[in-house]
Amino acid sequence: MACQSLYLHIPFCVQKCPYCDFYSLPAQEDLMDRYVEKLLAALERLPFPMEPLETIYFGGGTPSALGAKRLNRILEAIHRHISWKPQAEITVECNPVLAMEEELRQLREGGANRISMGMQSVSDQQLRVLGRRHTARMTEEGVEAAQRAGFQRISLDLMLATPGQTLEDIHRAVDTCARLGVGHVSAYLLKIEPGTPFAQNHMETQCPDEDGQADFYLEAVEALAAAGFQQYEISNFQRWGQIAQHNWRYWDCQEYLGLGPAAHSFIQGQRRFFPRDLEGFLKASNPWNLLREDGLGGSLEEYVMLRLRLSEGVRWDQLAQRYPQYDPTPLRRRAGELPSQLIVADQQGIRLTTQGFLVSNTVIGTLLEAF
Amino acid sequence: MSDRRENIRNFCIIAHIDHGKSTLADRILEQTSAVSLRDMEDQILDNMDIERERGITIKARAVTLNYHADNGQDYTFNLIDTPGHVDFNYEVSRSLAACEGAVLIVDASQGIEAQTLANTYLAIEHDLEVMPVINKIDLPAADPERVAHEVEDVIGLPCLDAPRISAKTGENIHQVLERIVTDIPAPKGDESAPLRALIFDSYYDSYKGVIVYLRVKDGVIRPGMTIRMMATGAEFNVVECGVMGATTLVPQQELFAGQVGYLTASIKTVQDTAVGDTVTGVDNPAAEPLPGYRKVQPMVFSGIYPLDGAKYPDLRDALEKLQLNDASLSFEPETSIALGFGFRCGFLGLLHMEIIQERLEREFNLDIVTTLPSVIYKLIMTNGEELWIDNPTSYPDPAQISSAQEPFVKANIFTPTAYIGNIMELCQDRRGIYLDTKYLDTDRVELHYELPLNEIVYDFFDALKSRTKGYASFDYELIGYRDSKLVKLDILLNGEVVDALSFIAHADKAYPRARRICENLKENIPRQLFEVPIQAAIGGKVIARETVKAMRKDVLAKCYGGDITRKKKLLEKQKEGKKRMRQLGSVSVPPEAFTAVLKLDSQD
Repeated sequence: MACQSLYLHIPFCVQKCPYCDFYSLPAQEDLMDRYVEKLLAALERLPFPMEPLETIYFGGGTPSALGAKRLNRILEAIHRHISWKPQAEITVECNPVLAMEEELRQLREGGANRISMGMQSVSDQQLRVLGRRHTARMTEEGVEAAQRAGFQRISLDLMLATPGQTLEDIHRAVDTCARLGVGHVSAYLLKIEPGTPFAQNHMETQCPDEDGQADFYLEAVEALAAAGFQQYEISNFQRWGQIAQHNWRYWDCQEYLGLGPAAHSFIQGQRRFFPRDLEGFLKASNPWNLLREDGLGGSLEEYVMLRLRLSEGVRWDQLAQRYPQYDPTPLRRRAGELPSQLIVADQQGIRLTTQGFLVSNTVIGTLLEAF
Repeated sequence: MSDRRENIRNFCIIAHIDHGKSTLADRILEQTSAVSLRDMEDQILDNMDIERERGITIKARAVTLNYHADNGQDYTFNLIDTPGHVDFNYEVSRSLAACEGAVLIVDASQGIEAQTLANTYLAIEHDLEVMPVINKIDLPAADPERVAHEVEDVIGLPCLDAPRISAKTGENIHQVLERIVTDIPAPKGDESAPLRALIFDSYYDSYKGVIVYLRVKDGVIRPGMTIRMMATGAEFNVVECGVMGATTLVPQQELFAGQVGYLTASIKTVQDTAVGDTVTGVDNPAAEPLPGYRKVQPMVFSGIYPLDGAKYPDLRDALEKLQLNDASLSFEPETSIALGFGFRCGFLGLLHMEIIQERLEREFNLDIVTTLPSVIYKLIMTNGEELWIDNPTSYPDPAQISSAQEPFVKANIFTPTAYIGNIMELCQDRRGIYLDTKYLDTDRVELHYELPLNEIVYDFFDALKSRTKGYASFDYELIGYRDSKLVKLDILLNGEVVDALSFIAHADKAYPRARRICENLKENIPRQLFEVPIQAAIGGKVIARETVKAMRKDVLAKCYGGDITRKKKLLEKQKEGKKRMRQLGSVSVPPEAFTAVLKLDSQD
């Protein structure tokens, strides 16, 4: 089946967060204009056959930094060159600082129907440590503005095990998510990436240790469950059926096309990516020529690795459908040898428990030895 | 015909480690113009990487030099560089036996150290003319007068007019060369007597076969003659003989009594050319070999295993190659449940062991796992049988042991008086028996102890250095076996005995050692998906326990904009990391864990 998902990387931020190592540059008007022109040109000459889209995702960076006008121009172009299905999920990542009702209303009119907002914390002190430019109050106002603008699907990002965070902070954040009436929460354990200001300042010394991080994670999962948010992936929780469809496709090992510097794709059986180089992207006569190959995708190992991020794990029926030649007995046996509090192996398939998610790298690594 | 010998000087340089032996050898080479400055690489005589890095000499080297003396005559110098470490004491003694004199270097700031004395006594035992030289006078802390007095007082050698030199800057090296001419006697020897030549080293050359370094005591060696090794009985036809130039071998018509040189005879292995053996002619054999030969006995044993089981043949090849040049290395295959196929290797001492391990890793690119070193214990069984045990896995059922013995050494420790207390504490902790203290001067002493060899094979040297800020030096000799109370300690991971971690200990030391090993293992075994108990047990009785807690967190929380390859790479890296590990039952153990148990000394 041809590709039905599109990711657009918007490499601009009003201000870089000290823990972030995603590719982004200062949001300058002229640069953003040139970038949008380039995206439009690229959408005009797609090198891959695309189906009408099921999901579109504007990630970053801070996509909302582009403003509704530019985002809508991109959406128009997508609609013109690829089009999307009526029920398609169209997500825009949004910084609370930029969540103005009028902007959001325009976005909604342009087709976007899901907002993912970086709440991160509900403690203003914590938000300062994280270098965020918004307060907890501003996030709440942003969510309310999005709701008034007609967004029924809103996701909030929450960071866990940040410097100085307490378990109490996590409970307050979960309560806020529940009270604001959002249907999706992403709760990520902070990982200090090399080269970031957090790494240079040795912020890990102020973060909880391995055991502490595990405790924070388990506490968050429990609190979210109590508030009605069901875990469906290592870091993702939903209520009212509001699973993130776009991300789900990553974990289900489906194809997607990514556009923009640092964007990754899995298309025509091949994993690919654009270099982290905006200037090069802007200068290229045809940016698609920059696309680099990054190995074959969709192998059995990859499928298992990705599916095990999901709460429903690997299902034998789906596995058989996708890899009819494969005999899953060794995989099942291997899973059975691991501690049952980490992984469940039964008639349906194999899946990690919440405890298992916490050590998923090692568990998945051990399972892959079965191949 | 004694004039042929008149202008030959055979000498070695002896010194404590770091007192400048190799540097002086370099200066002598340079000033006798044996090597052009352009070809000169620092420390030509120490030509193994490890030797240069550690500043030690492992293999003896010899070089023939020509010197035009102030008296107008030309002299042939044969300089033999000796190994400087106690592990190689026997090799040193053979090198000394090939000489008439020894240049004794003493550091002008440090004075006499353990190996200064040990080597001097060894030289005097061999009737060598010992010629002291005070080195490193360029150092700010140098006090040549004090050191000269120390040499006179402690060793009893006249030293007040000894050359004061700096081998580093080259100052007064000329004096040393002149003193070699005047002070060291010319060799004696009877060219018409049956051939007797002492082998003091040999190494394997892939083109010429074994190259034997020897000192001709009597008779003459010529190419074409048939020779016999008197101890091993092996016979060979001499292909080539000659002297050692600074950079190449220089073939000669003959080697005669008094000369130091080499021979080749298509010899396949150094096992046939044991250091200390006597070479004689088959046609006119000597009645008696030269004195002093003994078969080299390994003192320390340990298992060496390839990290990757598939590399077992490579490890065997590498050990065979090393053995070509090192007759004191012994090995035989052994199997471990934990580590698979490997070799039980015997070494002269701990340094020798470390050197072999390092050479396997560096020169042969092998990743190896080594087990806890062991000495040889002697067990007398209830049925009267005597057992020699060098491997804990072959330790018999204690019920059948009637008594046990372990090897002891006599240790001489040199130290500034400030550290006497620390050293006594250390020796006591290592079951040492105090003999006496000898004052060298007001602030330095020589302590004498008897110590069980098994207490010093692991880390005694490091412990001594760390307790004396590096000032103490130490030397030992084996003095025999003594009654002992021994137990075999087993280490269990996750309830299963890991044979490669078992060891034999003195009953009184079993508990602290077991505890320490459990602690070390805990530090070196990474957290796993489940809790891993580490236990030490004697028989079935657990005497120490630690726990590696289960891993709590190892997750990539976020998939970056669909960057799946990042996660795949992470898993691959993890796989690589796991490949390094040994799978012991369900527990993954990194190779470091096997050697981490060696670090038993704690100063806390």
